[in-house]
Amino acid sequence: MSDLNQQMAERYKNNFLKEIEEQAEMGEWVKMCMQCGLCSGSCPTNFHSGWDHPPQEIFMLIRAGKREEVLNAQGMYMCTSCYNCYVRCPRKVPVTHVMHGIAEYAYRIGRAPKNQPTMHLSRTFWNNATKYGRVNEVKLTQSLYFKDGLGAGIKKAMEMQTVALGLVKAGRLNPLEAIGGGHKCKDLKGIHAMLAKANELEAQRKAAKG
Amino acid sequence: MAETKTAAYICKGCELGTRLDTAALAKVATKSGKMNLVREHDFLCSAEGVAMIRDDIDNEGVTHAAICACSRRAKTEAFNFPTVAMSRGNLREGVIWIRPDTEEARETTQEMAEDYVRMACAEVKAMTVPPGNQKTGSVKTLLVVGGGMSGMTSALEASKAGYKVVLVEKSATLGGWAAKLHKRVPTREPFKAPEDNGVADMVARIEADANIKVYLNATIAKTDGAPGRFKVEIAIESGAIAQEDIGAIVQATGFSLYDANKLPEFGYGKTPNVVDQAGLEALAKEAAAAGKPICRPSDGQPVKSVVFVQCAGQRDASGTHLQYCSGFCCNTSIKQAMYFKDSNPDIDTVVLFTDLRTPGNGEDFYRAAQNKGVIFSKGVVSSVAASGNACAVKFKDLILNEETEAQADLVVLATGIVPNSGPDLDQLSEANRQAEGGNEEAKEQVVQLMSKSVLNLTYRQGPDMPQFKHGFNDSHFICFPYETRRTAIYTAGPVRRPMDILQAQEDATGAAMKAIQAMENAGLGKAAHPRAGDLSFPTVRLEGCTQCKRCTVECPFGAIDEDEKRFPLFNESRCRRCGTCMGACPVRVISFENYSVNTVGSQIKAVDVPDEFSEKPRILILACENDAYPALDMAGMNRHEYDPYVRVIPVRCLGSVNTIWITDALNGGYDGVMLMGCKHGEEYQCHFVKGSELGRYRLSKVGDTLKGMNLETERVHDLEVAITDIATLPQKINDYAALIKSFPPSPFKGF
Repeated sequence: MSDLNQQMAERYKNNFLKEIEEQAEMGEWVKMCMQCGLCSGSCPTNFHSGWDHPPQEIFMLIRAGKREEVLNAQGMYMCTSCYNCYVRCPRKVPVTHVMHGIAEYAYRIGRAPKNQPTMHLSRTFWNNATKYGRVNEVKLTQSLYFKDGLGAGIKKAMEMQTVALGLVKAGRLNPLEAIGGGHKCKDLKGIHAMLAKANELEAQRKAAKG
Repeated sequence: MAETKTAAYICKGCELGTRLDTAALAKVATKSGKMNLVREHDFLCSAEGVAMIRDDIDNEGVTHAAICACSRRAKTEAFNFPTVAMSRGNLREGVIWIRPDTEEARETTQEMAEDYVRMACAEVKAMTVPPGNQKTGSVKTLLVVGGGMSGMTSALEASKAGYKVVLVEKSATLGGWAAKLHKRVPTREPFKAPEDNGVADMVARIEADANIKVYLNATIAKTDGAPGRFKVEIAIESGAIAQEDIGAIVQATGFSLYDANKLPEFGYGKTPNVVDQAGLEALAKEAAAAGKPICRPSDGQPVKSVVFVQCAGQRDASGTHLQYCSGFCCNTSIKQAMYFKDSNPDIDTVVLFTDLRTPGNGEDFYRAAQNKGVIFSKGVVSSVAASGNACAVKFKDLILNEETEAQADLVVLATGIVPNSGPDLDQLSEANRQAEGGNEEAKEQVVQLMSKSVLNLTYRQGPDMPQFKHGFNDSHFICFPYETRRTAIYTAGPVRRPMDILQAQEDATGAAMKAIQAMENAGLGKAAHPRAGDLSFPTVRLEGCTQCKRCTVECPFGAIDEDEKRFPLFNESRCRRCGTCMGACPVRVISFENYSVNTVGSQIKAVDVPDEFSEKPRILILACENDAYPALDMAGMNRHEYDPYVRVIPVRCLGSVNTIWITDALNGGYDGVMLMGCKHGEEYQCHFVKGSELGRYRLSKVGDTLKGMNLETERVHDLEVAITDIATLPQKINDYAALIKSFPPSPFKGF
């Protein structure tokens, strides 16, 4: 994976803006930012400790060619997809999508941090949901709780037990799903075919960009 | 002149008849007003009512009419009798509409109305019909000074309107700065690419225009006279003088670029690779002519990277450089960055800005540049250092909050503009004063300052247009952007404020129209803005004049010169009829036919001042007719009530208020005097620019008079009023009235 990082760095030399424009989804919007800062001011995670660079700064870093700073940044993984920035941007820059595009690119070239919590959630959720076409809540919860080890998982589960019991009583959570396969969607084959096609299209698009 | 016959007309319409005892008002007009003829009418502004007045004028020989109905600002078309002297008693907006319709209020409301009838009668008797300025000139040729974009536009627009134009340009060609541009910022949809500068087309139109006479390599040697009859001497290339008769003048002398040599930290002058915006235009023109890309001046190699430094020597809070924004440079840098990107997208173009200001449709243009790959970085440049053929631009990135550096083949500085507005008149008059005292240095300074003169006016107040902030020529930028302080001379374009080509063209069109209007009014002997159409003009009883020169110094429009015996010489065509001279005159020898120390003074004396036991104070309000009086009228229309003890007299400007009125009022037993005038100072709103400021300065001395009379100094109150203060003004009047009531009654009552 790090080979790809190396390859890309060499290919675009000092032109990180061009690299993002060509490689990251929606990256072509980075140049259109006019640095008003409305996105950063609108971001609900702005004051979160993990939020090192707000979107405005990420855009500026890219334009200043600061490849390492951007690829080491946490900011783009912290996006909660609330779309505040997207809606408010006076330049109609799809900030949310650009953030996801940059995060995805960093991941693709092996520069995403290990065990980054929001990335872990996304990947777990994706794998879980695409397996049967529906989310298996019990398994999803398990894998999230026990991410940092057995002790931490048990502790977290104990904290949340009243909520879990309430959900079970209300018929919203089936503990048996922990062992069984969980509920599936009606046309699992169709879903998988659809996802395969989407993957194929994306691979084509990326291949076209080199 | 025919025998004087006075008449008062009392209207009973608009509820005046039910709210007031009009029979009693008619009696007041006869007894106190001493009017020869008094009539009441149910609906005075109706065709029938107007016909009644007209009949009295035609058949009864009425020469003076006091119309007691609504405000002087209402029904002006109905009550239009230009052959007789006329005053208006404001019973509607000034009395019944600002008083409650209650039994308790009836008495004070009636007293108020009776006073306004007395005042209208007193005023009209002190008036005569203005005959119009006889010393007029009817030249209808426009002089345009400066052949740049603004000047050419003014000339073409005036010609299109059917007027002859004389266009004087000091250089050898028309076009000014615009002609030096490779291309200009786009003026039409989709605002995405630079377009042709358009100069050649305009020059061709001017050359083909029979109405426009062009002097190239020429300057104005002397401007003498007044609107409608200026005599202008033009120094032409051969050294000869050409004389032109001119009606009005548009000064479109534009700007010079701020000298980049004053910015050594940015490397200008140290390396040829640092240029100002005009320098880049020259490079771009040269490259286009040679069919080559833009090249680095140091070694002639094509430029591969360029950095634009915005606000170089502009918006400088320290005061070392220009303090203002020049308005066009951001768009210009965007345009210049496109010169590079359009020829080769691989050229790195970085614009370093603190705030990108793109007036007009510049935002679209900015977006287009971003799309083309121009990089915009928010940063403040600290230095530009040259090493060999490259420049290192050190700057603070304001977004990332760090000191950083960019490398470039070429650096372009956006240095901004300095107006070509002629010498500063205050500086010049000070230098003149010292030179007269024999100071050799001052004599040289006078010569040096006069060499910058644009118009070389023979006016006593100086050879050029007065300046305002930062050396730009004064124009009424809040309310009337075209208005200047010299009648029929209009400044247009960047000489009066920073602006881009498009704004300058619009400005020049407006200035041409104002100039045409001024010429036409001058020909009819009428005043220009804001008393457009006014036929009155100031007259002076020279036998009483003490030659104190206050009128010549204070006139906001430089209308008054001095004759050879050092008496004031009024140039009526330059006069705007503000009355500042009249207010300034300590011996009160200046007056207008329909506005004088006496017209206001007699109104002040006409008011019935009850004795000190009646608990009915009297407060005089002298209200500026441009802002305060309309605001009071509108307060009436909105039925905002105010104190019944005030008596309002409109004045042409606070500057026309003579201190004798205040002294007279206080001596006559008034308990207080309130003055309402427009805002003055840096954000002045005075229609006569300096009038309210001069008036206030004069009135600041009135405290001594009050102390001499043993009265509280708060009894005279100066209030700044804008026309929009409709809702707040009544409260301010009431607060002041409450203050006056807290004082003991004036000891001067009954004398």
